[in-house]
Amino acid sequence: MAGQERDLTNRDDSRPVRVHIDNVKKVYNGRNGEMVALNGVSLDIHDNEFICVVGPSGCGKSTLLNIIAGLLQPTSGKVVCDDKEVTGTGTERGVVFQQYALFPWLTVKKNVMFALEMRGVKGKAAAEEAMKYLAMVDLVKFADHFPKELSGGMKQRVAIARAYAAEPQVLLMDEPFGALDAQTRAQLQTELLETWEKEKKTCFFITHDVEEAIILAQKVVIMSARPGRIKDIVDVNIPYPRTQETKLTPEFNELKNHIWSQVYQEYLEVRK
Amino acid sequence: MNTKNQKGSLADRIPKRVWLLISFLAAMLLWYILSLIPATSRAFPNQVVVLESIKTMLDRGVLFTDLASSLISVLLGYALGFVIALPVAILMAWYKPVRYIIEPWIQFIRNIPPLAYVPLIVIAAGVGRKPQVIVITIACFLIMCVTIYQGVINVDETLIKAARVLGATDKDIFIRVIAPATLPFILTAVRLGASVALTTLIAAESTGAVAGLGMRIRSLNNSFESAPMLLYIIIIGIIGITIEKLIKYLERRLTSWQDKREI
Repeated sequence: MAGQERDLTNRDDSRPVRVHIDNVKKVYNGRNGEMVALNGVSLDIHDNEFICVVGPSGCGKSTLLNIIAGLLQPTSGKVVCDDKEVTGTGTERGVVFQQYALFPWLTVKKNVMFALEMRGVKGKAAAEEAMKYLAMVDLVKFADHFPKELSGGMKQRVAIARAYAAEPQVLLMDEPFGALDAQTRAQLQTELLETWEKEKKTCFFITHDVEEAIILAQKVVIMSARPGRIKDIVDVNIPYPRTQETKLTPEFNELKNHIWSQVYQEYLEVRK
Repeated sequence: MNTKNQKGSLADRIPKRVWLLISFLAAMLLWYILSLIPATSRAFPNQVVVLESIKTMLDRGVLFTDLASSLISVLLGYALGFVIALPVAILMAWYKPVRYIIEPWIQFIRNIPPLAYVPLIVIAAGVGRKPQVIVITIACFLIMCVTIYQGVINVDETLIKAARVLGATDKDIFIRVIAPATLPFILTAVRLGASVALTTLIAAESTGAVAGLGMRIRSLNNSFESAPMLLYIIIIGIIGITIEKLIKYLERRLTSWQDKREI
């Protein structure tokens, strides 16, 4: 049921909690004084959950992801992952960046091996396992290519394979398809859905694309404009498997209108 | 870059090697013309005379000693400059106080021609090999330090983040991310340093050197022997271009992974 009033911390879910975000606030000190990026954000991420966060640019959604990843420290509040407070990065929280962040001096295979070696898989075993992850994203043929020889979509698939290779508990994805053209983006969404349905890896996915959020997620978190807060959480009760055709169904469009109008309100707030 | 094989202009249809040959012949012709014009003929004796001066210098027994002496100074100064520049550049990139204290002086000294401070170095270090090496070291250090420092601070921060979230320690990040990411800049520094080492040679050997290409040019100047002078100048040029080509080859081999970049 779209848009129903609910607890805005996502605590009303019976699955075990993987990441617990508790009253997180983030203030940046810039040249023009203080800027409150996030204010009082609380949210639970459960096992096997696929959450998408949407909001206008500058609503602090990337900041939130970086805080969960441990790449940024909150000004106040805390993030707890597996009963441990997050104070820095950890391999149980994998990140896929919008800019791919592949090591350009390593081949595709060696990029994936980097993740494996960091968790202690060495030599031949690492090479073999890397191929498994490349098979997952259908890039076995490109194992010995350098990133510069790949298209944007292929680069991001390598980055996803690398993130999976680290075997994280949660996958944090920061607008991973934001820099891709519409077709490639649709293709990668489909692939990500297939992988998720197989592995059910907990996924926290940031996007500014409402359609992308609905096609992927079980729950869409809508964030308000600066300072970022959680404005609403919308359940996406469309059964998996979903495909690009799902975007043509009435339920999809109903949700899209509902979420889009809320995001648009926030967009107007920003413009003021 | 923008060429299509079938429909290229004349410039594109002629192979690079042929262009090189044309360029060479054009320079030879210009040289020859200069040797005919009375006003320039004393400074530019023709090719035959210059080639003959090889024998003159061999007979005097100085050609190889000069060559050896200069190469030793250049290599020593260059190597020392690099060995000092690398850690200093990294420290400057990592620790702001180090940067704020050192960088202004590097920029300041970099703009002073080495010839200007050579006398001070001679006063401090005496004559002989030592001041030569010091002058070249300073010049190489300055250019290499600036270049490597630029490389280290320009390492894409997302790559460091990516490594960190994959579980990399500081040591992993230094060895497996920062070092390879900086390598192209280090190689550029190595190339620029080589060129600076050679261009500093004359200044370095004006410290009372007893042999050397730069020292010899100055001494030939006193006796107005322009043919061997021109020979020595050409030798320095040949050494320079050879080193540059070698390093460029190395760059292509070691950094083929990166998108094309020229400095």
